[in-house]
Amino acid sequence: MRALCWEGVDALAVRQVPDPELRNAHDMIVRVRRSATCGADLPLLGGRLPFLAAGDVLGHEFVGEVAEVGPDVRRHRVGDRVVVSAAVACGSCWYCRQGLHSCCDNGGTAPAVTESAWGQPTAGCFGHPRAVGGFAGSHAEYVRVPYADVGAFTVPEPVSDDRAVFASDAAPTGWMGAELGEVGPGDVVAVWGAGAVGQLTAQAATLLGADRVIVIDRHPERLRMAERHTGAETLNYELTDVPAELRERSGGRGPDVCVEAVGAADGGATPPSLAERFTGRRSGEDPLAVREAVHACRKGGTVFVSGTFTGFVDTFPLGAVMNKGLTLRSARQHGQRWIPMLLDRMARDELRTEHLATHRLPLEQGPAGYALFRDRVDGCVRAVFTPEG
Amino acid sequence: MVRMGRRVLLGGLALAAATAGAAARRALVVPRRRSWPRVAGTDRRPGRWQVVTVDRPPGEVLPGGRWPDPLRPLDGAVELHLRPAPGGRGSELAARPLGGVATLPGMAAHLVGDDPGLFLRDVLRRVKQLTETGEVLRADRSPVDRPAVPG
Repeated sequence: MRALCWEGVDALAVRQVPDPELRNAHDMIVRVRRSATCGADLPLLGGRLPFLAAGDVLGHEFVGEVAEVGPDVRRHRVGDRVVVSAAVACGSCWYCRQGLHSCCDNGGTAPAVTESAWGQPTAGCFGHPRAVGGFAGSHAEYVRVPYADVGAFTVPEPVSDDRAVFASDAAPTGWMGAELGEVGPGDVVAVWGAGAVGQLTAQAATLLGADRVIVIDRHPERLRMAERHTGAETLNYELTDVPAELRERSGGRGPDVCVEAVGAADGGATPPSLAERFTGRRSGEDPLAVREAVHACRKGGTVFVSGTFTGFVDTFPLGAVMNKGLTLRSARQHGQRWIPMLLDRMARDELRTEHLATHRLPLEQGPAGYALFRDRVDGCVRAVFTPEG
Repeated sequence: MVRMGRRVLLGGLALAAATAGAAARRALVVPRRRSWPRVAGTDRRPGRWQVVTVDRPPGEVLPGGRWPDPLRPLDGAVELHLRPAPGGRGSELAARPLGGVATLPGMAAHLVGDDPGLFLRDVLRRVKQLTETGEVLRADRSPVDRPAVPG
C-alpha cells in the first residue's frame, strides 16, 4: 500500500510499504478515507522525539471503513464507517474504567520506555515510533486498529467524513480542555491558540454554558475563522496586551478557566541538537502560553494544558499557581470517553468541524500538505489527506 | 519470545532449580520486605520486589493459586505475593527473584540487558494484560521483518 513515511528531520515521502496485518484477536484493519495532520506530529517531523525511524508512517487522526476484523471483535463488521480514537487503550484496566484512556496501562507495547521517561507507562498512539510503543500511522491506505471494540466508533449516517475525522483527536482534545477545566454557566474562558483544538475548545466552552469565550492567536485568518465559526471574541497577541485585555473583559478578575491549546511549543520549527535527540530531552520547550495563562487566570481558577509537551520546562511560574490557588490540569485526550457524545453532537449539527480542513489533498501530496501546515501558510489550519486520491 | 533478559534469567533459573519445589510452596505467603542494596556477583539475598496492580480480584489473577503462563517458567526462580489492592483497584501482584541469582549492579545491568527486575516487570505486565484483556498486545512488525514489496 502507499503511505506517508518519515524519512528524516523535516523529510517526508510517500512510499510503498507492507499492508498492515492483524496481530491480536481484538484488532481490525481500517481502509482510511480521511487522515488529518495534527500539531502533535510536528515534534516528530522535526526529529524532536527519539526513536522515530526512517520509514515510520505518520498520522493518528482518521476516519475510514472496516476492511477486516479479528476473531474477537464484536462491535464492528466489514464495511462499517468508523472514526478511531488516536489513543490506543484497552478499555479494561482501572484507568480506562475511570475514563482516563490516554493513561491506559495496556495500550502501549513498550511500557518500559514511557515509564522511564514519565514514571509510568501511558497509552499507545497511532503514528508514533514503534520503539516507544506506538503503532503505524493513518496517513496510509490501511491502518491496523488494536482494541477495535474500544477505540473505534461507528459514524452516524448524517456525519460526513470531513466532519467525522476531527472526532478522532482534535474534538475530544478540545472538549477535554473545557470539561476537565470545569467550564460552567457564567464562566469567562480564555483559550490560547486558534488552531483546530483551540477553536474546538471554544465551541465546547460555549456548549457547556460559558458566558464569554476569548480566543488568542497571532494569525488573523485563524482569528477570523474562530469568530465566524465559534462565536468567540478574539485577541491578536502581537497587537495587544493580552493580560490587560483579559482583565478588562473579565471585570478585573481574570478568566475563570484558561486553556492552553497552542500545540507544539515552537511549531516544531527549531531542529534539536544532537544531545537533545540522544536524550530525548528538549531544553527549549518554552511554555509562553502556559505562563501567560497562569498569570491571567483568576484566583482559584483552572488552567488546562492541552498542548504538546514531551520533556522538561523551566521558568514555570509555580509561585503564581500556589499563591493564587490555581488548579493546573493536563492530559493527552481520552477520546474513548467523549467520541460517542461528540458524534451525536455532530449528527445534530451542534458541532461543526469541516471548516478546519482548510486543505484537502490526496495522500501523494502529503509532504506538501505538511509544509503548509507546519509553516501556517495559505491560511492552513489543517491539511487532510485522502488516500484514495 | 526472544528477549535477552529472559535468556540470562533462565541461567538464574538453573541456579535456583534445586529450590523449585520449596519456592512454589512459598508463593503467596512470603511477607513483603524493604528493598535490598544492589550488589555485584552472586547475591544470596532476594532481589527487589516488582509489583503491578491488576484490575481484577485476586481469585482471577492466580485462579486456584496457579501461576499463569507468563510466570510459570519462573517457578523456582521467583517468589510471588498477591494481595487485594486498596480502593477497589483489584489486586497487587508482586514478584522478586530468589537469592542466588547472579546479577550485575544497576547501570551495568541495564547496559548489558540482563536486569532481572526489568525482565520481571515485563513478565508481570504480561500477566496483567492477559488477566485484564485476555491477550498480550503485540507491536506492528517492522518493515524489515515483513515480506519485501517493490519500492
